[in-house]
This record gives sequence, C-alpha cells and structure tokens, in this order.
Amino acid sequence: MQGLHASESPTRFAPMILDDRDKGIFRVARTAFIDEDVLLRERDRIFNRCWLYLGHESEIAEPNDFITRNVGGKELIFNRDRKGEPHAFFNTCPHRGALVERRPKGNAISFKCFYHGWAFNNNGAFATRMSPGDYPEDFNSDGCANLTRVAKLQGYRGFYFVNFDPGAMSLDDYLADAKGILDIVADHGPRGMEIVGSEQKYSIRANWKLLVENSIDGYHAVDTHATYFDYLSEAIGGPAALSKRSFVWNLSGGHSSIEGEAPWGRPVARWIPAWGEAAKAEVDDIRAELESRVGAERADRIARMGRNTAIFPNLIINDIMAITIRTFYPLEPNLMNVSAWALGVKGESRGFRKRRLDNFLEFLGPGGFATPDDLEALEAAQRGYAAHREAAWNDISRGMKRERFVSTDEEQMRCFWREWSRRMEDAQ
Amino acid sequence: MNAPAAGASAAIEKPLSRADYEDFLYNEAALLDEWRMDEWFALFLEGAIYEVPCAGAPDNADSSEDLFYISDNYFRLGHRVARMNKESHHSEFPHSSVTRMIGNVRVLGADQSGVSVGCTFVTHRSKNDVLSVYCGHHRYVLRAVEGRIRIVSKRTFLDLNSLRPQGRVSIIV
Repeated sequence: MQGLHASESPTRFAPMILDDRDKGIFRVARTAFIDEDVLLRERDRIFNRCWLYLGHESEIAEPNDFITRNVGGKELIFNRDRKGEPHAFFNTCPHRGALVERRPKGNAISFKCFYHGWAFNNNGAFATRMSPGDYPEDFNSDGCANLTRVAKLQGYRGFYFVNFDPGAMSLDDYLADAKGILDIVADHGPRGMEIVGSEQKYSIRANWKLLVENSIDGYHAVDTHATYFDYLSEAIGGPAALSKRSFVWNLSGGHSSIEGEAPWGRPVARWIPAWGEAAKAEVDDIRAELESRVGAERADRIARMGRNTAIFPNLIINDIMAITIRTFYPLEPNLMNVSAWALGVKGESRGFRKRRLDNFLEFLGPGGFATPDDLEALEAAQRGYAAHREAAWNDISRGMKRERFVSTDEEQMRCFWREWSRRMEDAQ
Repeated sequence: MNAPAAGASAAIEKPLSRADYEDFLYNEAALLDEWRMDEWFALFLEGAIYEVPCAGAPDNADSSEDLFYISDNYFRLGHRVARMNKESHHSEFPHSSVTRMIGNVRVLGADQSGVSVGCTFVTHRSKNDVLSVYCGHHRYVLRAVEGRIRIVSKRTFLDLNSLRPQGRVSIIV
C-alpha cells in the first residue's frame, strides 16, 4: 500500500480504494470518511452531478399540492401546478433569498415570500404587482424574478429525482438496471404505491457512505441485530434464520441490490402463522391478484423474496419486512441527516396497513429493534477512524473471489465504491 | 389500537387525586432513570400499549394510518424491555445515563377504560459524550387495580419538529 499516500499534484485525487481482483482484496481508506476535502469534492462531483431522490408522486397527488424538502443540501419545492404538471424549484426568493414556502407540505396556487412580499404562481412565474418606476419596464424579461427551476426533474414509476447538472444523462440511462428493482417495488399493488404518513427525520454522527454500506449489508445482520432475531423467533413461533440462498445484483452505475428469502412475514405477500387465519385469506387474495397481474414467476419473486437496494449515491429502497425509502446527506464528514419513509400499497385495508407499519417499526427507524443498533455501529466506526493514520484501511473483500456472490458477501458495497472512486478520481 | 382494550370494565373509572398520579409518575420516572426495566414493565396491565409517534405528531395520531417510531402492543413491549436488559442492545450498551423531569401533571378525564392523565416531560440522555434532550408530553390511561395504579396505555408525544440531532429513541423516553 506504499505509494497510495505518495504526494500527488494538487489537481489529482489520491486513490482511496485498493481493488485487487487477482488477490481478492478490496480496501477503502478511512480518510474517505473523515476528510473535509473529500466531502467538498463529493459535493461537487457526486451530489451536484448525480440524480438525487426528491420524492414520491403520492406526496403531491393532486394539482397544486406541494412539499418542501432539502435535497443534496439545497432547499427545494416539489409541486404540481394548476394543470397537475410536476415542478422542482429552489425554495429561495429571487429577490433576496428567503424561503418562499416554509411549510413541509400543503396545497397552494402560489408561493409568497414573507420578507418583501414577492409572489409566484405555482409554475414558478413572478406574479407581483409593482408600482411604475420601481423596476425597469422590461424587468423579468430574462426570467430573473421567477423561481429558479432545478436543472432536471424526472420520474420513474412514481419515484421522482432531480439533477443539478444541466448536462446530466437522462434518469432512465442513469438508473440503468436499478429500474428493474423500482419496477418490482412499484408492482406490489394494483393501484400503485403511496408514502404512508410521517417522515422520520433523524441524524447519525457518522459519514454518509457508512449508511450506504450498512443498508445493503447482509453480513452484519446476525451480530448487530441479535435482539431483533430473538424477538422475531418468538413472534413467528419458530427459528428466525435467514435463507442461505441469496443473490447479489450489480445494477451498474454504482447501484446494487441483495435479494433473498427471510423468516419475517411480508405484507405483499408472505403469510406467517403469527398473523392468524383471517390474515391468511387476505394474503392469499393479495397473492392471487399479484399473480394475475404480473404472472406466477414474477409474483413469486415479489412476494417471497426481499431486497435491499442502493441507488447511487444516497437512495436506499429496502423492500424487506416492510418497504422503507431512505435518503441521507452529509452536513459534515462525521454527520449526516437521514430522511426515511414507509411505502405502502394504495388501497390496502386498515388491518393490513397496521400490519405493514408494525413490521416496519419492529425493525426500522429510530425506535425500532434494529436501526438504533446500526446507528451505534456506524458511530462506533466513525470514532474508530480517528486512528486512521495508524489503522488506515477498511476491508471490503468478503467473498471477492467467489464464483457467485451471496448477500453476506460485500460485492454490493464494492459496486458502490468503484463508482464513487471513478467519479472522485476522474480527470474533469 | 387507540381504544385501550386492557382492563376495560363497565363502570367509569373514578379519578384519584392529582397527588396520587404525581407520585405514580415520579416513581415511574425513577424506575426508568435507575434502569429497573422489569419493575417498569410491571406497571403495565396485560394488553396495554405503548406508543411514540413521530416528532411533532398530533395527539390523535393513529398507528394504523401513520408511521410512528414505536407502536408496541403488550407482547412487543415485553420484548422491548427484555432488549433493554441485554448487552446485545448495542445502542444502550453500555447504558446511557438518563434523567427525567415530569411536570404540569393534569387529570384530563375518565371513562370506562380508565383515567386520562397528562404531563409534560424533559428527558436527558447522555451517551458517547453526546447529550440528547427529548421534550414533549405523555398521555396516559391509568386504572387503579387492587390499590395500585396501572398503565392501560402510554403515548409519548415528542414536541420537537424532528429527531435531529437526537437520532434515536432507544430509551423509554
């Protein structure tokens, strides 16, 4: 590893991954998690150039609906205009910069900045009556007084993304094979999917890339989440072992997914005895509808298998005992904000919605039996990196020489790191 | 899950004095501060529920419709308590230091399920040299059973706009 720390010209980025496919060794420099310059470069080369998750179509279901959200460190408005067309604007007044909408969500035909009263139609157009002489006659002929539009907004199967780079490739190309996973998730219900209730907004005192790794890490589950599996085996009345048969999907573009069968029940649609006979009939109906809509083979994959998916750089869609959408953004090298939502099937019964939410809360979120322990693990790792000079490398080699990867290998993380490295090291 | 099924009987529960409920709440807080989790769990009647909606949720938040942080039935609460006592509960191992202040205790009403009691709280949690503050209000349904006050339901509302920077609710707030 000598040489990797050799002095580089200022414009070059010292390689931070060691990817030796012959030996089966993959390492990540711990400075990648703590260095301020790395974060600055990530903002420029990753968050300002990649497609970032904005929200789900169900969050702005009706014309004039809006949500406000911080994406990639910038305050945005995601809304529908009077005709129902979706828009993404920077939530900042073109006059002096204040947020023009400070509520998290609502329905509004216009936005008005409270600072000096500038107002805008919900298609972004300046809509303020000014007295003659206040401004030149042709003021706003160049659009300077309209809300600034995000360079690119595109959706796929109800999942909306933004890109701050006007020259970015299309979302379709960017998502590459991750589209197949979004298709699976979007196909759970006959009438589509929706965000269920509140957003969980929390934070972790750790580098954001640790949460990418953790969210698709099949290796840590048994050790980190022993108390969850204790609970689960009693809840389901039997051993709570993860299936040995699993898959790792390199979805290209830095996206990856692990897929496998697990002992928990799935709202769509894997019944467990603990749910009772009445629920079994309902699960059977859900399964039958699914089969009639997507075919038996695909229905089996959707219903029986679970999948943890990372879409580069910072979107996680875990379709496991429930579906969570999770995105996160670094405020500092050692601090990230996390936003997480539950995704459910539109029109599902109250009883099934409750079961879905129970499944979610048993494992996921700040009060779940698992997520807090993940946070502790990530924060413990971050603290460990203080010794990066002496203990310089993380090992991500597990299963690297295997013919066919399994979910307890670390290939899915290597997919992320190779793309991260490519974007960070590229001469641009 | 909002209608507490536990301990329901035909008669409207007769409220005790506010001082009785204050004593109960202070004692409950002490059990949690001292990590006497089994004794704390014993305050709950069988069939009781314990819920923590997301930060800023209204008092009528419904765990069948909205995503919470915690929505425990009696069975899951028992496991939460068991988890609190395990070293493999990594988030709380070693245990965080916690202290709770209870105030503004009010008797809000009574029906067949029990007496509604409300209070405000400030809970401090210190772990890994980080101090987290949780503030909000609790809503209880309480019943007197064989001379002891017992919990039919406890709902904890965090009067915060998000869980930043606290990050987690791995303690009983």
